[in-house]
Amino acid sequence: MSRVLEVENLKISFPGGDHTRVYPVDGVSFQLERGQTLALVGESGCGKSLTSLALLQLVPPPGRIETGSVIRLGDTDVLALQGEALRRIRGRRIGMIFQDPMTSLNPVFTVEDQIVEGILAHFKMARAKARERALQLLQEVGIPDPEQRLKAYPHQLSGGMRQRVMIAIALAAEPEILVADEPTTALDVTVQAQILEVLDRLRTSRGMAVLLITHDLGIVAGRADRVAVMYAGQIIEETSTGRLFANPSHPYTQGLFASVPRITGPLKRLNPIRGSVPAPAAWPSGCRFRPRCPKAFDKSELEPPLLPVEPDHLMRCWLAEQQGAGTRQEPGTKS
Amino acid sequence: MSSIPPGSRFPVPGSAQNQRDSLLSVRDLIKHYQSGGLFGRAAPPVRAVDGVSFEVAPGETLALVGESGCGKSSVGRTILRLQEPTSGQALFEGVDVFSLDRAALRALRRRMQIIFQDPYSSLNPRMTVGSAIAEGIEIHHLAPRQEIPARVSALLEEVGLDPAYARRYPHEFSGGQRQRIGIARALAVQPAFIVCDEPVSALDVSVQAQVLNLLSDLQQHRGLSYLFIAHDLAVVRQIAHRIAVMYLGRIVEEGATGQLLSNPRHPYTVALLSAVPEPDPGARRSRIVLGGDLPSPSNPPPGCPFHTRCFHPLKNERCRTEVPLLRPIQGTVAACHYAESTPQPEQAGAA
Repeated sequence: MSRVLEVENLKISFPGGDHTRVYPVDGVSFQLERGQTLALVGESGCGKSLTSLALLQLVPPPGRIETGSVIRLGDTDVLALQGEALRRIRGRRIGMIFQDPMTSLNPVFTVEDQIVEGILAHFKMARAKARERALQLLQEVGIPDPEQRLKAYPHQLSGGMRQRVMIAIALAAEPEILVADEPTTALDVTVQAQILEVLDRLRTSRGMAVLLITHDLGIVAGRADRVAVMYAGQIIEETSTGRLFANPSHPYTQGLFASVPRITGPLKRLNPIRGSVPAPAAWPSGCRFRPRCPKAFDKSELEPPLLPVEPDHLMRCWLAEQQGAGTRQEPGTKS
Repeated sequence: MSSIPPGSRFPVPGSAQNQRDSLLSVRDLIKHYQSGGLFGRAAPPVRAVDGVSFEVAPGETLALVGESGCGKSSVGRTILRLQEPTSGQALFEGVDVFSLDRAALRALRRRMQIIFQDPYSSLNPRMTVGSAIAEGIEIHHLAPRQEIPARVSALLEEVGLDPAYARRYPHEFSGGQRQRIGIARALAVQPAFIVCDEPVSALDVSVQAQVLNLLSDLQQHRGLSYLFIAHDLAVVRQIAHRIAVMYLGRIVEEGATGQLLSNPRHPYTVALLSAVPEPDPGARRSRIVLGGDLPSPSNPPPGCPFHTRCFHPLKNERCRTEVPLLRPIQGTVAACHYAESTPQPEQAGAA
C-alpha cells in the first residue's frame, strides 16, 4: 500500500471571545492509503467536517489552522501552499463532495457546462473532447440517458442524480483522494445505496483513496476499511472496521453503538449516552467525554493519549491500561 | 377523478373489530396539489396522497414509512386539517374531522397534536419556552391562571428538562432539547393522538435514542396514540406497533411491525429493508439496489406504481396495466399481484 495522505497534529482554532481561542479540531492525526476508505465518524460538532476542509485549506475565517499542524499529500506540504500552487491541488489531487449538491451546483448552468468547466480547469483539451469526457463520466457514475442529462439544469434532476453529477465533477479532475462529507445524508435510503455503490466501484476501478465523513455507523460497516471515531475535536478510537465493530472499546464508541436502532436482532430499549456534545468552549479538562461517561474514574481527570487496546487498535481512554479492558464484548455487537 | 378504481376500498386486517375500537379511522384519503401553470395553463395535479386508508387504535403507534415525496407528511397534515384534503374521510373519536367548522376544529386540536422534524421552526423565537408551552393551556382553558407555571414545570420535567428552562428562549437550546420542548408543548393540551412527523431525523444518534425512549415512555404513561411518520425503518422498528409503507401516494404494504419486517411481501418493502445500512460488517446482506428514480407523482405510471423499478422475477404485462389492490397475504396486506412469491431480502440479490 502506498500512503497518499498524512495528517499530523492538526489543530484548528476559532476566536472564543475575550481574546481566547477555542479548538474545535485539536490534534488530529491520520493516514490514508491508496485505494483505501477511511471513515471519520462522529456526531455534529465533533470536528469531522472542519478536519476535511483543512485538507484543502478551506477552513472558513475567522478559523485558522494552527502552526505545528502538518498535512502531507505525497511529497507536498499542503499547508505551505498558496495561490496558484494551492489551486492546482484543489480538485486536481483532492476532490470533494458534500451533503447538499444543490448548494455546490450552479443553478444557471447546465450539467454539461459545469462538468466541462471542471475538466478544462485542469486539463488542456478541445471543448468537444471535454464534452465527450463529460459523457463518459456521467456513464461512469451510473446516470441513465447521459446525453439528455448533459443538457439538464440542476433543478431538473432528483437529489440522487445531482449527487451523481457532483461526483462526476469531482472525478473530472482525476483526483488521488476523494473527500466525501456526508455524501448520502440528504438522500433516501434506496438512493443512498445507489450512491454508495458508485463510490465503491470508483474507488476500486481508479484506486482512489476515499475519506468518508459520516455520522452513520451503518454506512461505515459496509464501506470503510478503517475507522477513526471523533469526539470533541479529537480522534478517540482508531482501528480497522472489523476490529471496531467486533470490539468497540472507547466508552463513547460503545455508547454510539448502544444508541443505534437495528433492523435485525432482538428488539430492546435503546441505551443512549446521557447528555449531548458540549460546545468547544465548554469542553472539560482531562478526558473530554468524562462528564457523560458511565465508566469515568479518578484518572479520567487527566487527559488520556491514544493508547493501544490490541494490535492496530487505539483509544483515547485510560481504561486501555487495565488488562482485558478492550476485550470485553459489549451488548449489541456480534459475539 | 382518481386513478384508483373503486374496488380499492380494501379491508384493513381486523378492521371489523377495529372499526369500533379505533381512535382514528382514515378512509380513501386523497390530497392532490393543483399547481396552476405560471401563465394559467393547468398542469396535471400532483397526486401526493392517492387513496389512503388506515386505522389507529388507542395507545397504538402506526408508522407511515416511505421515501421523500411518497406523501407520508401530507397524510399527517391533512388529518390535522393543516391542509385541506381533496376527498376522503377521517373519523377521530367518532367525529368526522373533514366536516368540522373552525370552532369545532379548535376543540379537536386539543385532542390531536403534531411534532415536527425541526422544532425550531415551530417555536416562536421571541417567546420564552414557558410561554410557548403555556399557550395551549391558556387557549383551551385547561388550568386556572395561577396553576399554569406549575403545569409548565411538570411538563418540562416529564420530557426530561430542567423546569428553570421555562424562562429561556428557543435559540438557547440544542436540537435534542428543542425537540423535547416541542413534545412538552404538544403534551400541554393533553392530547390522545400525536402526529410525529420525522421527529428524530435531524438529531444525532445519541440524542435520537433519547427522544425515541422518551416517546415510548410517554406513550406508556399517558396511553397516547402516535402516527409516526419516518423514512428510517430501523427507527420505526423501535417504536411502531404497525407499519404502513407508502409509495407514490399509496400504501403498498401494511402489517404488524415484526411481521412486516421479517416477512415483507411487497417488493418495495423488500428493497427499503435491504437498503438500511446495518452497523454490523458480518451482517452484510445482499443488497438490492433499485434502478432509476422515483416517478413523478404528477404523472404516476399506469398499473402498479412500482413496476418501473420492480425487480420481482414474475413482473409482467399485468403489472404495467392493472393496479394491484391491497390484499391480505401471509400476515400483512400488500398491493402486489405476485406477493406470494416476492423474493425475500436474502434471495433477492441473486434474483
